[in-house]
Amino acid sequence: MGQGMEVSPIVILFAAIFTSNMVLANFLGMCSFISVSNEYKTASGLGKAVTLVMVVTTVLNWLVYRWIVLPLGLEYLRFIIFIVVIAATVQIIEMVLDRYLPDLYIKLGIFLPLITVNCAILGISLFMVIRDYGFFQTLFFGIGSGLGWWLAISALAAIREKIAKNKLPYGLEGPAISFIITGIIALAFIGFSGIFIIQ
Amino acid sequence: MINNIREAFFRNLWTENQVVRQILGICSILAVTNLMVNTLVMGLGLMFVISLSSLTISALRNYIPHRVRMIVQTFIIASYVILVDIFLKANYPELSRALGPYIGLIITNCIIMGRAEAFAQKNTPFISMLDGLFAGLGYTIVLMMISFVRELLGFGSIFGVNVNFLQLDTWTIMVMPPAAFFIIGVMIWVATALSTPKQTSQPAVQALSRGQQALANQQVKAGN
Repeated sequence: MGQGMEVSPIVILFAAIFTSNMVLANFLGMCSFISVSNEYKTASGLGKAVTLVMVVTTVLNWLVYRWIVLPLGLEYLRFIIFIVVIAATVQIIEMVLDRYLPDLYIKLGIFLPLITVNCAILGISLFMVIRDYGFFQTLFFGIGSGLGWWLAISALAAIREKIAKNKLPYGLEGPAISFIITGIIALAFIGFSGIFIIQ
Repeated sequence: MINNIREAFFRNLWTENQVVRQILGICSILAVTNLMVNTLVMGLGLMFVISLSSLTISALRNYIPHRVRMIVQTFIIASYVILVDIFLKANYPELSRALGPYIGLIITNCIIMGRAEAFAQKNTPFISMLDGLFAGLGYTIVLMMISFVRELLGFGSIFGVNVNFLQLDTWTIMVMPPAAFFIIGVMIWVATALSTPKQTSQPAVQALSRGQQALANQQVKAGN
């Protein structure tokens, strides 16, 4: 930790997608990951919305942290400040999409309120502070984490759609089997760990 | 009163256990379950935050305007999390470093908001505080069970004390993230299978998330 300045943004991008995936390696955003993954289309829509919000809020939080929080010595208030930035950004994205991109709003709008409470969004900002990332590192970290989350939820939803009609032992249906499938996906993703530098 | 407390105790520890029954709050601390000490600290932190925020929200429930209650609740929760963060940083800097961002993620733990919405909104402060405390206790117990399995098989130790007297090989997989997914999956399976099918409680938060999901599915179909 604290050696963020030396890692190239491209490495951060790929590491965030594959080797230190937000869901599979850091367990962030599990609630919606498990509960909104029984249909591929819905899951993929949520994944896109999460990616969009993640990139915007991470960059904004970086700017706020560097230019407002640090100079004023308000580090202990960073949780509250980040939450406010995230909630406000989600509101503004919703309004902008509604006004200028109505097609996209119809596709993603329903997910935006859900995202405010997604722990992955706050988690990314906290990781960025702890690892002391620069601007481009933060940008690529946000993009990579969003894409990684999208990839993971799409994979889970696709598998769940395939096994939806299969008979399972009593009690294993729904969340329990989702966790076990997630575990198998996570195992598969460990195979990537030789390729990139792990954070 | 005693009956209420007993009811809250059993409801939160078993019949509506937040983790294995309602699948809430997995996000924030599954990552620290590879060591029992870390899990215990996170669990205690969560119990502190959830009981005091339930108490505060319940005490203020008649003064918070309904429309802005979510953001007010978030502020109350965040204030207590900041207290925990500062306390750990001041007294146990090494633990604080090991837990990293996960202390801050207690804020977005759905259990706290869920208890605030489903219980503290409608009940008196004292019982709300106990309800929050028991919910946090039920959560901590489940996570301690997960971390017990992971630390015992992964490092051959319990609370950092080596118990691997026979020098058996430790399972590296238990230290890695997939093991946590497998263990929690099996625990949810066992918990669901042990409860009789008739015992279908429909808590507000879960109903809400199911409603949201149905709505989302519908909207996607309508949108395309």
